[in-house]
Amino acid sequence: MKSLLAPFRQTTGMARWLLVTGVGIVFIFVLAALLAPVIAPYRFDQMEDADGQRFTKLSPPGPGHLLGVNDQFYDIFSRIVWGAQTALTVVLLAVLLSLVIGVVLGLVSGYVGRWIDRVLVFIMDAMYAFPSLLLAIVFSFLLKGVFDSIGGTLLFGMRPGVLSAALSLTVIYIPQYFRVVRNTTVSAREATYVEAARAIGASNVTIMSRYLFSNVIQSVPVIGTINAADAISTLAALGFLGLGIQPNEASEWGYDLSRALDDAASGIWWTGMFPGIAIVLLVTGLTLIGEGLNETINPTLRKRRFAPITLPPRAQEVVAK
Amino acid sequence: MPTKPDIPIALDVQDLQVYFKLRGSGLSRLLGKEGGTVKAVDHVSLRLRRGEVLGLVGESGSGKTTLGRAILGLVPATGGAIEHTSGGESVDISKLRGRALREHRTKVQMIFQDPHAALNPAMTIATQVGHPLVIHQKLRGAELRERVVAALESVGLAPAEQFMGKYPSDLSGGQKQRAVIARSIILNPDVLVADEPVSMLDMSVRAKILQLMLDLKHKLGLTYVYITHDLATAKFFCDRVAIMYLGKVVEIGPTDEIFANPRHPYTQALLKAIPDVDPAKQVPRDLPRGEIPDAARPPRGCSFHPRCPLARAECGWEPRDLKALVEEHWTRVPVDEYEHEHAVVGGLRELNTDAKTVLVQPTRGGTVAEIFAMFTKIRDENPDEPLWSGVTRIEQTPDGVAFDFAEPAEIALHPAGSSEVACVRVNAQ
Repeated sequence: MKSLLAPFRQTTGMARWLLVTGVGIVFIFVLAALLAPVIAPYRFDQMEDADGQRFTKLSPPGPGHLLGVNDQFYDIFSRIVWGAQTALTVVLLAVLLSLVIGVVLGLVSGYVGRWIDRVLVFIMDAMYAFPSLLLAIVFSFLLKGVFDSIGGTLLFGMRPGVLSAALSLTVIYIPQYFRVVRNTTVSAREATYVEAARAIGASNVTIMSRYLFSNVIQSVPVIGTINAADAISTLAALGFLGLGIQPNEASEWGYDLSRALDDAASGIWWTGMFPGIAIVLLVTGLTLIGEGLNETINPTLRKRRFAPITLPPRAQEVVAK
Repeated sequence: MPTKPDIPIALDVQDLQVYFKLRGSGLSRLLGKEGGTVKAVDHVSLRLRRGEVLGLVGESGSGKTTLGRAILGLVPATGGAIEHTSGGESVDISKLRGRALREHRTKVQMIFQDPHAALNPAMTIATQVGHPLVIHQKLRGAELRERVVAALESVGLAPAEQFMGKYPSDLSGGQKQRAVIARSIILNPDVLVADEPVSMLDMSVRAKILQLMLDLKHKLGLTYVYITHDLATAKFFCDRVAIMYLGKVVEIGPTDEIFANPRHPYTQALLKAIPDVDPAKQVPRDLPRGEIPDAARPPRGCSFHPRCPLARAECGWEPRDLKALVEEHWTRVPVDEYEHEHAVVGGLRELNTDAKTVLVQPTRGGTVAEIFAMFTKIRDENPDEPLWSGVTRIEQTPDGVAFDFAEPAEIALHPAGSSEVACVRVNAQ
């Protein structure tokens, strides 16, 4: 716990402000996601109240429906709360998976070198060359086909659409971790402490896990949070294009936004504005955390504050007065 | 002191070679041309008896560190053998691979030059000092802790509890080097390779670390290979000293003998280069001229001959030395003379070889006679230059001026007094 809080205690001024704001915003969304069944008045796909009475289509914000109802008879507030759960699940899964895969591949590639390094660098660079959204679309198409054929609920009760969205995001973020870790590994591999580890008889796996790992992952948390922010917007973009999570699988802000496109012209602002605000806020929060961490962890940006010290007047002067 | 024959041999390096292939430029690799080879360690034989301290002394690039790393198997040997005897069992380290090599590291350990870099910055001192035990003996818990405490206290990091939880960045240079030594002795090895263990430390700490290493030697019965460029510490620390130059041992013998009676010109030059604390003794030292040559293309014959003040005809003179001589001459003459001579002979590219015979051709503007005159003039400037004794023929031919160089004598270690020296002057005696 102490080491977890270390970056926070080391921050000063701007960096601390960024970090605190970011954590505050993300915390609200995490709460919403965890307590969704309690907070949300309705299920994400509920169109009628307990009496079987259909909600009034496109009714404005007001009592009963805090943020109004959209054109599919869904309660917008419930959609946003459940949407937070979807977004955070997908992003957490995607970032964790891409982090683990990217770091391991980067370590092996950088340390072992030779043909493994060449092949992996080639593949990662090829993936980097595509626009990430395009790549995400292709992968979510492919994976969706596979998962739909399996059907039902998959890993941890996730629906096929949710899992395929998470995995397609995973694929596009692996190269970022890979590059950073591989490059730092290549330079750390030549360090004397690695040779010293070899001299005490450590195997390659031990050298990678005990000596290189902890010295090459410093910048990974920063990439992780910044990727998370990017993943939110990419997920929303997939949903907006109708390629992401389907409305019957889970609530997704991007999909709601695309449905609200026509409403905006006819003066119905609430269907589009609230999911939009949710996306912007969560992306901002995660970006702030990333920037705050970067300011703290990256030594080239870090500034140390020196507090001025005022010495008490010397005894003689006091006596003289 | 002479080595006692009844003490068993701990380490026997036989005709060891460590060569590195150069990769050459991208174009030459595309064309399938071989890059050169650097002979970092070139046919070196050494013998260490148990409890002995052998110093490997030489300039940067002499191959002393590579030899030390080869003894640990950290660089593969190209040829020869490194026989390590411990407890009546002999193993050739240069033939070990993979797991067997890693397990052998329990017996041969290394102390590194830079203590600031040799410790993992992300591991506590206790973890890294104890790591060899975790790797080789799978120790954990109280037993591991006990051994770590013992090792730390034996290197003077006491009380050990004060250092165990710290990271390397919390320690001073001397403390880090003590931690490195603790890590290297925790497995009870019998040979320690110390690669310039004190060169990165403050003067005040050096003597303490060396004393610590001597104490550990007596306490644990260690055999040291002490790699250094600093003759002063070698004199204090070593029983025997091997002087290395360009991958070869040029002189090896008991420390007292080497310092009192250096026989190889390179050893003599190194000893003269030790700074003197007496400011009144500012005698001009005749240090070796020039720089250590390119190891990828070492000189013919004796590697030291281009820099040697005592070189003779049979030392292996070659066209490259002639080129160096002409270029050196050009640095001294007036500009217009240089321009004239340069116009006659051009860039002297044909001299970039170690062939026995070479032909210097005139450029379009020059004649053979002019080249001949130029070389005659250079020779007359300094007829005592040892290079000329190695030139057996200078002749004007229709195509240019031809030079023949003397056949180099074979250079090998020969006994002289109580040491062994690789120099033609000693062979002749």
